[in-house]
Order: sequence, then C-alpha cells, then structure tokens
Amino acid sequence: MSWFVNLYRSTIGKKIIMAVTGLIGIGFVLVHMLGNLQVFIGQDKFDAYAAMLHGPLAEVVWGLRIVLIVAVVLHVLMAWQLTQRARAARPVDYRMREPQVSTWASRTMRWGGVLLLVFIVFHILHFTVGVIDPAHAFHETDALGRHDIYGDVVASFRIWWVSAFYIVAMIFLGLHLFHGAWSSLRTLGVAHPSAHPLKRRISAAIAIIVWLGFTLVPLGVIAGIVH
Amino acid sequence: MNLILHVWRQAGANAAGRFERYEARDVSADMSFLEMLDVVNEGLIANGQEPIAFDHDCREGICGMCGMMINGTAHGPMKMTTTCQLHMRSFKDGDELWIEPWRARAFQVVKDLVVDRSAFDRIIQAGGFVSVNTGAPQDANAIPISKQVADDAMDAAACIGCGACVAACPNGSASLFTAAKVSHLGLLPQGQPERYRRALKMVAQMDLEDFGHCTLFGECQEACPKGISIDFIARMNHDYLRAVATQREETAAGGTG
Repeated sequence: MSWFVNLYRSTIGKKIIMAVTGLIGIGFVLVHMLGNLQVFIGQDKFDAYAAMLHGPLAEVVWGLRIVLIVAVVLHVLMAWQLTQRARAARPVDYRMREPQVSTWASRTMRWGGVLLLVFIVFHILHFTVGVIDPAHAFHETDALGRHDIYGDVVASFRIWWVSAFYIVAMIFLGLHLFHGAWSSLRTLGVAHPSAHPLKRRISAAIAIIVWLGFTLVPLGVIAGIVH
Repeated sequence: MNLILHVWRQAGANAAGRFERYEARDVSADMSFLEMLDVVNEGLIANGQEPIAFDHDCREGICGMCGMMINGTAHGPMKMTTTCQLHMRSFKDGDELWIEPWRARAFQVVKDLVVDRSAFDRIIQAGGFVSVNTGAPQDANAIPISKQVADDAMDAAACIGCGACVAACPNGSASLFTAAKVSHLGLLPQGQPERYRRALKMVAQMDLEDFGHCTLFGECQEACPKGISIDFIARMNHDYLRAVATQREETAAGGTG
C-alpha cells in the first residue's frame, strides 16, 4: 500500500483524487438535473419519481449517497490541502500580476467551490431533510398521500431569496464545471493532445447544459409555467 | 523615450526588499530591455549607487538566465520572448514599469531581480537524464523516430529552464518545467527504459522543492518564452499515474545472474 501513500502525498496524486471525485460529481449532477426536469411534466410524475427514489430504490440511493459523500469530503479536503500548499509556494506576492489567459471560471474555483459547499448543505437541509423549510411546505402530502416535493419546490421558489440563491449557486456550478470538466481529464492525463489545449467545447457544453437544466426549475416557477 | 521604473531592490536573501523609483532617460526603441537596464545601471554607478542586479547571459533568448516580472507579466508584454529579446519598442514614452523578480518560495531572491533557481537543477538531477553510456554518435537515422514524436520531443526540449512558468503560475507550480523535462526524454526511444521511473522521481523532487500544484490556469503556457504546451503536463500526469500504478519495490530477487 506504500504506493497509495506516495500517490496521496504527491501534488499530482491529490489532483488525481480531485479529478476522479469531480467526475463522480459531474455524473451525479447530470442525473440529478434530468430528474429535476420532470417537474415540467407535472405534479404526479414528479412526486412519483421522488417516491420511487425513497421507496424501491432506497438502497441504491443510499449506496450512491455514500459514494457522493466520500467524493465530496475528499474533493474538499484535497482542495483545502492544495490551496494551503499553493499559498505557501509564494510567501511574498507580486505587487502586480496580470492574468493572461486564465478564465474567470478557473480563478473562481476556490471561492466558487466554497459557495457550492454552502449551497449543497443548504440544499440538503432544504429539500432532503426539511430542517430549513422557508415555504413551510416540506411536510405536505399530495392527493395520493405521497410526500409532495412538487408543492414544496413550487412554494419554495416563489420565495425570492430562495430562487435567487439557487440561481446564483447554479451560475457558480456552471463555472466550476467549465473549468473542472476540462481540467480533470488533463489531470488524469487522458485528454487528447491539441494545438489549442485551452479550448474546451465539451466542457462548455456540459457547463451550459447543467447550468440551464437546473436553472430552468426556479425560472419555470417564477414564470408561472410550474405551478 | 523616457520611462519611470519601479524596481524591486533587495540586498540579500534575508534582507527586506522594497521598490525603488528610477528614471530611464533617452531610451532608444532599439534597445533590449536588459540594455535599458544596463544604461540605468551606468547612471547608478556614476552616482556611486549600487547597480540593479539581474541575471543574464547569452542575450539571444536561448540560455534561460534572464527573466523578470514586467508590469505583472513574466518576461514582459511580448509573447514567446525572453526579457533579453524584449525590445523597448514594446513600450511607449512615459510608461511606468513595475519590475519584480520571479516570486516563489522555491526561488529565493539572491539579490534584487536575481533568484536562485537551483531547485530546477535538483529536479533534473532526480531523473532528467538517460543513464546509459551512449558511446560515439550514431548515424542520424539509425533509430527510426516518427516525425510527430520527434517534433513533440523537440517542442518539450525547447525548455530553457528560465522559470517563467513558475513565476506566472498563480500557484507557483513548476509543473510545466517538470513536464517538459519528463516528456522530452520520455517521448524518445532512448528515454523509454527509464520513462516511468523518471516521472516518479522528478515529480517527487518537484514536490520536495515547495512548488505549488497545477490547477491548469494555463498562465505558464502563455508566459513560456518557448511556447511549451500544457499538453505536456497532461502527459506527465499520465506517466506519473502509470508509474504509480505499475511500480514495484526493488528487491534482490532478480538474482545476480
């Protein structure tokens, strides 16, 4: 196992852990987004989907949750350790350093990541656990006696600051993926060599799809399409 | 043209540094940046002041000695150019320039704009070589190498070790330098036997030298006077990952033959 310890201790090893856990996260958000979009089909479909996740698929969901929790913990821990290392690597900063090609997305990975972590905690407490219940709708049931997550979504996103927080967080999620999806493949050394390595069409597509897919839900509620 | 310079002055590694303001008068547009500093230094010496210390050697852009942060850009505003090959025509009359040394914990300031880059030498010593006696030069085409591979290896080998990649990196990472050195040998047939061992050793030394990590900002590639691509970092990561996955402990079990 000493090889694993060596990998864990090296900067590249830590980046590889970040890349793998990040890709797990990308896979998750894509599936989560597709699930969310069922809100546009209607209350019955959406509540049935939620009931399926908590009923017949409960064990599978718990398995995935454990994978995701481990991934998030490792991702944040590696980010913290590497950030400390980068800070230490330049004890005296420049008076002036002009970024030349780095994207705004890449430069907001750290603080954007912190915002996303806060968002994830809020989001779980809001829609999964119901500890934060701004619309007082978490414990409602629908006509079939199922947990009425559809009603909770509609009621929550009608509150302006809830919608605003979700929409802003999704902008940062899109930015995070725009850099992360592209850089993780390079960190893993599987990116195809390119004459223009900074170009990233696939990452841009993933970022836009994820951002738009998630943002459509609060926008749909605000616009009255989902009611 | 006349310029105002704010130059970082630091008497030694442990001394406190500060910016000093100098006026560079009657600068010719045809001077190189270092020649402009030479002229400023002549003036300082004539006034009995300490001249500005900066590294330089070949002054033709191939030795890798020179390098400084000019208005926040490594080697100044011109792309794919070392400081010695940067000419004053890149600036205009009245410009105010902030000149700083490369800043990294691994590159301690020796004096003024001179930094100690021996960390790079130690990374090379860790594995940036082919450890066989090659004997007399072979016939040029005795070992067939495809054009693409030869081109890629040459692109990596163009690294002059100036340190601009570290200087421009927001994390102070030496990934581009190390990747170039890992790759230019690792691409060629002569470098294959030690390819993965080399990646392991050089990366380990890079980490020991207190450089930061790579977050693929891409700033290094832009700052590199030789235009070395960040694709080499992906290649180094690939070699490193493969090396970690396949390495085995060295034992005497191989026998003594």
